[in-house]
Amino acid sequence: MPHKIKIHKGLNIPLKGKAEKILNQGQHQSSLFALKPTDFPNLTPKSSLKEGDKVKAGEVVFFDKNKPELKFTSPVSGTLKSIVRGERRKILEFVIESNNSQEYVQFNPGNLSGLSREQVKELLQNSGIWPYLRQRPFNIIANASDTHKAIFISGFDSSPIAPDYDYILNGQETDFQKGIDALAKLTEGKIHVTVNGQFPISKFWTSIKGIELNTISGPHPAGNIGTQIHHIDPLNKGEVIWHINPQDLLIIGRLFNKGVYDATKIIAIAGSEVLKPSYYKIIAGTSIDAILKDNVTPGSNRFISGNPLTGTEIGKNDFLGFYHHQISVIPDGNHYEFLGWALPGLDKFSFSRSYFSWLMPTKEFKIDTNIKGGKRALMITGNFEKVFPMDIYPMQLLKAMIIEDIDLMEKLGIYEVVEEDFALCEFIDTSKTDMQTIVRKSLDLIVKEMN
Amino acid sequence: MKGLRNYLDKIKPNFKKGGKLEKFHSLFDAMETLFFVPNKVTTSGSHIRDAIDMKRTMIIVVLALVPALLFGMWNVGYHHFLMLGQYAGKSFLEVFSFGFLKVLPIIIASYVTGLTIEIIFAQIKKHDVPEGFFVSGMLIPLILPVTTPIWMVVLATAFAVIIGVEAFGGAGMNIFNPALLARAFLFFAYPAQMSGDKVWISGLASGEGVIDGFSGATPLAHVAQNELSKLSSFSDMFFGFIPGSIGETSTLAILLGAIFLIWTGVGSWKIMVSGVLGVLSLGLLFQWLGAIHPDIQNAYFHIPAYYHLVMGGFAFGIVFMATDPVSAAQTEKGKWIYGFLIGVFVVLIRALNPAYPEGVMLAILLLNAWASLIDHYVIEANIKKRLKRAKI
Repeated sequence: MPHKIKIHKGLNIPLKGKAEKILNQGQHQSSLFALKPTDFPNLTPKSSLKEGDKVKAGEVVFFDKNKPELKFTSPVSGTLKSIVRGERRKILEFVIESNNSQEYVQFNPGNLSGLSREQVKELLQNSGIWPYLRQRPFNIIANASDTHKAIFISGFDSSPIAPDYDYILNGQETDFQKGIDALAKLTEGKIHVTVNGQFPISKFWTSIKGIELNTISGPHPAGNIGTQIHHIDPLNKGEVIWHINPQDLLIIGRLFNKGVYDATKIIAIAGSEVLKPSYYKIIAGTSIDAILKDNVTPGSNRFISGNPLTGTEIGKNDFLGFYHHQISVIPDGNHYEFLGWALPGLDKFSFSRSYFSWLMPTKEFKIDTNIKGGKRALMITGNFEKVFPMDIYPMQLLKAMIIEDIDLMEKLGIYEVVEEDFALCEFIDTSKTDMQTIVRKSLDLIVKEMN
Repeated sequence: MKGLRNYLDKIKPNFKKGGKLEKFHSLFDAMETLFFVPNKVTTSGSHIRDAIDMKRTMIIVVLALVPALLFGMWNVGYHHFLMLGQYAGKSFLEVFSFGFLKVLPIIIASYVTGLTIEIIFAQIKKHDVPEGFFVSGMLIPLILPVTTPIWMVVLATAFAVIIGVEAFGGAGMNIFNPALLARAFLFFAYPAQMSGDKVWISGLASGEGVIDGFSGATPLAHVAQNELSKLSSFSDMFFGFIPGSIGETSTLAILLGAIFLIWTGVGSWKIMVSGVLGVLSLGLLFQWLGAIHPDIQNAYFHIPAYYHLVMGGFAFGIVFMATDPVSAAQTEKGKWIYGFLIGVFVVLIRALNPAYPEGVMLAILLLNAWASLIDHYVIEANIKKRLKRAKI
């Protein structure tokens, strides 16, 4: 039975700079691409190439030292230009210079219907596509040996200035269907696809077979996989659910249709500081400078791989993250504001009605990176619950995380949440606590304790 | 404002670690953040943040208190001149300024004492000065009789901040509402100055020029003494033309504040509504008992239940004291129970306890103490639900 879910708790942040539905392709291609081991929590990278080595698209660049079957392959053909290291020689980036000709490693998958689970798994691992499959709890790369009870796909992104999946996926039904068929080989559970129930369901979704097509309507975080899992098939201790982004599923589909690792994606370039916010067809791991050239306001800006709630801060010459389908550019907030806390604040967005901006319910706001206040003890209660559409007490769970009480965290539902589920709480928090960091630390702590 | 900013930037190094004015770091920091929202940017997690902060939250509560404060000032003057039989000849301004001059020193005493202690503690503990006292500093004067001597205000405020807040680990860790604690301290330490019929009106205790037959008793005192004939009319009690603590008398002014708090999302409407429900439930039960047993001597059984809402400090307490997020229940379900029980205990103490004419202060303090217990059971229920789900 498909689920029809309605949530009321949450918040759509009316951020300025949503991408217009114009697709730029071909031009603005960058020649530099990167794989960033830092995109994957708890991973120790081991390089299989040396600087200067030639690579093809789909050739292994590095793998996880602790799980050698987890391989990460180059999205383009060219040369491994450099291995960028940080403190204590930690590898931050494998930078690959493209030769612009895209030679692929051929994986020759043959006919998917004739393949076994094991064969599909190995194909995905060898082509470096496996890491696109992630698991709950912990928001880490899916462990192939785990039994999981279902696979979840969210059919839309409800975060502020997020890309429109219906627009991106349009016309790619064949690859998507093939991706679903491949997942069906991997799982004995259901494949849940949950789409936005506020709009009529597009033909794209109804044409896909072999899925449970659910709808969810309500404000952000309706599109978060965690929200959908909670309402459809909640996670208990010891259970595992896999999930994948629809665009990443297309990559799986292409592997079985074309036999290659074709990491083409359509991403949104958005945010108040982008002159012409729109969509770009790119290859995974691309450097963003070519795309953003002459398309960003002067001034001091923050570049984010991902959306402004959960994305990663990057430099203006850095690279798109492994799981991201969006680059956001917002103004830097490094300035003082005279009596900012006392003014009417018509231009200040707040979830509360404590600034007079509520007088303009349709206004889109330019929000900079200023914290907008001092860090304080967690004092105000009752607000987090208004943006947290799960049967979980966010404040109490957060406090359990702060005191590192794993027992209590388990009791209060830690297995159902990851960083992004606390993003809205973090946004509206009066005490300016950095919650996503706390959540990630706690998840890492539990993973460490379990091993 | 460039000039001020430049000046602050210029003197800032003196207050940093190793600077010659390092001892005043917290004071400088409090002043700087008062004038300027800091230039700090997000370094992890969400890159954008809501415009609300603790200062904004607290200033909203202070603004919500303004109607009660202004009415309270006028009411101090009104009752003073009424007592002297001179009210008819006075202009609005004269009445208001009399009250203003009586109330202002109490407010100053409360703020100066509290902020000084907060800044000293912040300096010792090396953290920012918390904003909580913005509100407590205004609440304390509003729940005291206007005749409270200044030294008592200072003493009570110091007690509330040191024993009530800092001893528990600072703002956000306290169990009891600091302002109520200040009042409770005075109530038990100096009962003569905090209760009775003489304390509510400026100048009444000295007795000079008081017109014959003027009592100065509050409506609660009239009911407690079974003098229902002397009880003020409902409208007088609703609008606030009655003696009482400075800010508590006008239910209308408090209602304006409540609407503001609920609309801005700063105050919990659940606590306010459940508090009113609590009062009405037990109040109606008593009213019904009074109707079927007319021989009950206690006058509380013979007044309409809704009178409880406009008499004494209930309205002020449930809107501004019970909703303090730190000392209230923290879960949403818990807030319903917490507010309701406050309402029930208010009526219970008023009607059945012979020692205290007013029950609001004690009811809220009692529920402050029970708040974590209520939360505990609410959360246990959630945990049990999750465990049950896992077994299926």
